Amino acid sequence: MSEAMLKVSGLTMRFGGIRALNDISFEVQRGSISALIGPNGAGKTTVFNCVTGFYKATEGALTLHPQAGQSYNIPKLLGEPFQAADFINPVAFGRRLYYKMFGGSHRVANAGVSRTFQNIRLFREMTAVENLLVAQHIHMVRNPLAGVFKTKRFREAEERAVERAYFWLDALNLRDDANRLAGGLPYGRQRRLEIARAMCTGPKMICLDEPAAGLNPSETAELAEMIRMLRDKHGVTVLLIEHDMSLVMKISEHIVVLDHGEVICAGGPDKIANDPQVIAAYLGVADEDEVNL
Amino acid sequence: MTQTRGIDYGHAVRDAVLAGMVALLVFGPITGLQLSGYEVVARMQWPLLFAGIVTLGRFCMAVWVQTEAGERSLARMRAKRSGGVTVAEGKGKNWQQKLVPFALIGGLALPFILMDNRYWLTVVLLALIYVLLGLGLNIVVGLAGLLDLGYAAFYAVGAYVLAMGAQYWDMGFWGALVLAMVFGALLGMLLGFPVLRMHGDYLAIVTLGFHEIIRLILTNWVSFTGGPNGASAPLPTLFGLEFSRRAKQGGQPFHEFFGIDYSASYQYMFVYLILFLFVVAAIVFCVRLRQMPMGRAWEALREDEIACRSLGINHVTVKLSAFMMGAMFAGAAGVFFATYQGFVNPTSFTFIESAMILAIVVLGGLGSITGVVIAALVLIMLPEVLRDFASYRVLAFGIVMVLMMIWRPRGLMHIVRPRFTEKGA
Ligand SMILES: Nc1ncnc2c1ncn2[C@@H]1O[C@H](COP(=O)(O)OP(=O)(O)O)[C@@H](O)[C@H]1O
Ligand SMILES: [Mg+2]
Repeated sequence: MSEAMLKVSGLTMRFGGIRALNDISFEVQRGSISALIGPNGAGKTTVFNCVTGFYKATEGALTLHPQAGQSYNIPKLLGEPFQAADFINPVAFGRRLYYKMFGGSHRVANAGVSRTFQNIRLFREMTAVENLLVAQHIHMVRNPLAGVFKTKRFREAEERAVERAYFWLDALNLRDDANRLAGGLPYGRQRRLEIARAMCTGPKMICLDEPAAGLNPSETAELAEMIRMLRDKHGVTVLLIEHDMSLVMKISEHIVVLDHGEVICAGGPDKIANDPQVIAAYLGVADEDEVNL
Repeated sequence: MTQTRGIDYGHAVRDAVLAGMVALLVFGPITGLQLSGYEVVARMQWPLLFAGIVTLGRFCMAVWVQTEAGERSLARMRAKRSGGVTVAEGKGKNWQQKLVPFALIGGLALPFILMDNRYWLTVVLLALIYVLLGLGLNIVVGLAGLLDLGYAAFYAVGAYVLAMGAQYWDMGFWGALVLAMVFGALLGMLLGFPVLRMHGDYLAIVTLGFHEIIRLILTNWVSFTGGPNGASAPLPTLFGLEFSRRAKQGGQPFHEFFGIDYSASYQYMFVYLILFLFVVAAIVFCVRLRQMPMGRAWEALREDEIACRSLGINHVTVKLSAFMMGAMFAGAAGVFFATYQGFVNPTSFTFIESAMILAIVVLGGLGSITGVVIAALVLIMLPEVLRDFASYRVLAFGIVMVLMMIWRPRGLMHIVRPRFTEKGA
């Protein structure tokens, strides 16, 4: 293997006076299933938001290598503040201005990182298929005139998109819900639909924020199979946040443990399960009773 | 509910008396005080009567909702309210699509039927202009979910493009129609940039401010726009033929060319026909939009902006495109309005205008095209039908709004989402 899919080094995130993340460093290997765990409020979701470009990291470098030989600097995609040197170098100035105007988290998504959310964010009043079609927006023929006159190119792109949507509905066992409103689906299916939608963008890495929250044990087992399938069959790298330790231990190869915005341990499941610091961090939290390492 | 519960009459009486008192307060000044000469005389029999009706009605209602039948129908209403959106059943046509050919033929025949009734011709014309405005605002508010209270600004700009274009650059109707749409779209973009980060109330306030800026410019830039005195706007021409009694130098009027008698109705009929075709094209466009990436992205943005960004959609361009498209519609509507009225001045484009268009969109069902068309026709034509009750117009408007919020809070029409099946299936 060449470089890691995602390299985070020295990531610090401050909200006003709060230091949510403090000098975090870790790597996500290409083709792995990695997990980010830690007690509530440890800063896991904040890491996701920095990686996917919803927050601008206060400090630190985030580098993405979706494919060999391809690399993105995530803070740059979001648009960085101007530096003094830019004002004497028009090329650098122009580039920074371009990213400032047209940059943003959508660029990170287009670079190959997609995500789901801790509290589900589906397009509730649209059908499941439409949710998946929106996810393919950038691959469609977007010219309104082509759409009005239904040109050949437009129709072909639409057909391909619908086909792809059905492919992912099948993969996540949602075919029966294709033409139902997303907001009306049972909770477990909404979670899966969100994963399907993230996969429709054709990502190289998918970030799942507590995908098993609120699922019953059989649904959780099904989800574990699906996450494995995403990696084994479709070759995406998975990074997940999860509280269900049995799920994490079962499917992930590399685990990073966060507590109070710092990495307290990183390694394989065996190492994590026996680490005294991790056990202390978890037992120190009062209402974390479902944890059994 | 299985167990029978006694009816709480005391509660009903209390509600009824309260409602009656509020009604007395509202109706008292409106209908009870009458001007006779220089004196205001109090005629309290009317407000008392109205308040009595309200009290009785509220009492009956309060008792009824406590009976089993009432409870059942309330439950049904609640169930209906929760789902304003459904998915199309199959490929078959629904009643709206079946009505389309009739609406087309009726719409084309209408000006010939109303030929001798110029008053109604102008009313229908105005209603169609509002259909166009409603369709445009529906894109911004109904699809993209951006609450715009300053929509009439683009409408005004469209109207002034025709008037100023004719005055300074000798521009005709057709040129102005194209220019107004382009200009409207540019202004939409201009408004769009500063409000990109705003949502809901803040966006509403800024758009309101934008509207006032445009109106004040039109009022105070007297040397260019003519200020409060306004400016005249030309009629459209048909391949160079004019519709006035006498043509301007060199031109030939329409009636002379065809050798028929002059009638002032021709000009309205002609404007109507152009506008009708324009509206039909606009409706086709809006219907298609929902099945196009552009329209879908707008709706997705309304549902969840953060999710859109996580899917690689640039929310900036999506928002801007919604503003621009909406403003284009308003620009075109403005040109039609100016040519219809033959004259523009800033008083035609006050905040009430924006509120009216918003009411059309909300009543129509935020996103439903059929709903917007029906709401526009009803809201503009109903006051004309009910001329005799002119003084109660605003009251009726308020009552309609209240009833809508109770029975159809999601608007007149339910939204029907398109159905997608796999090609092979
Ligand atoms: N947008 C924000 N503004 C202020 N504080 C925030 C914000 N987002 C997260 N935080 C803070 O960062 C800390 C970590 O939160 P989070 O990443 O959501 O934890 P978790 O590990 O449970 O996902 C919390 O103390 C939270 O209050
Ligand atoms: Mg979290």
